[in-house]
Amino acid sequence: MTRYTGTVTVRLKAGVLDPEAETTRRALERLGFELDDLRVADRFEVDLEADSAAAAEETVAAMAERLLANPTIHDVAVEVTEAA
Amino acid sequence: MTVAIVRFGGSNCDRDSRAALAALGLDATIVWHEDGLPADATAVVLPGGFSYGDYLRPGAIAARSPILEDVRAAAEAGRPVLGICNGAQIGCESGLAPGAFTANRSGRFQCEHVHLRVENAETPWTAAYDEGDVLELPIAHGEGRFEIDEAGLETLRDERRILFRYCDADGAVTDAANPNGSADNVAGLVGAGPAGNVAVMMPHPERATLPDLGNVDGQGVLRGLG
Repeated sequence: MTRYTGTVTVRLKAGVLDPEAETTRRALERLGFELDDLRVADRFEVDLEADSAAAAEETVAAMAERLLANPTIHDVAVEVTEAA
Repeated sequence: MTVAIVRFGGSNCDRDSRAALAALGLDATIVWHEDGLPADATAVVLPGGFSYGDYLRPGAIAARSPILEDVRAAAEAGRPVLGICNGAQIGCESGLAPGAFTANRSGRFQCEHVHLRVENAETPWTAAYDEGDVLELPIAHGEGRFEIDEAGLETLRDERRILFRYCDADGAVTDAANPNGSADNVAGLVGAGPAGNVAVMMPHPERATLPDLGNVDGQGVLRGLG
């Protein structure tokens, strides 16, 4: 078994309204910053032991599918690295 | 008969629901989610509140609580299941109903009275009304914007599963009358039960049931439980 860290990034699908991002963008503009757009995402870092990177990725992807993201509104990206 | 009102940590409309059901002569018991659904439960309410502090997404963690397996079995057996507000979010998160409730278009928590148009009066939840009736019910949510893909929305329309749409006082379904930006102004819908017996809705019928509160428009919805 090897220790891995799975990183799950959950973001709203393109086209789904994101009031949090919009409010944050406006606040940045109020501070004087100029920007074209801003997107918000959640990142989860999961430490786990697995036989291989592929096995770790499978487990973390299942976590994302079953709880961390909602497929109705979210896209998910999963990345696995060997823990330092 | 007993209506089981499922309490999670952070539920806060469980006692309101019990009081409202009692006023209608419906026996109701508050059930702690870890205790499972009682065998004699004839119907289920998933009440409003902030289960698990809205961690992750509203309703996401409660929807994975083991009692939801009992609720799913009750739904499949044709027993009435009603999710209100956070209960509606739990209903969608658990797959008992399609779509998702997410952040209001305004980015704000909104606590106000809204008007709803009855879209289909041929369900257990709306049998007390006529199609086109305009109800006034309170909302109190930060994440009540109904999201669903176009195909899913088409299915809801085709199968007449939209119960209520946000409208103005005259029953006109307009963008201005849509408090949270919900797709097609959807405020409540019928979920996955075999006989239209599962419903989820963001407005609070239990807060418009006791005559002392001056508005009993919600009574008809709760009668779907009994």
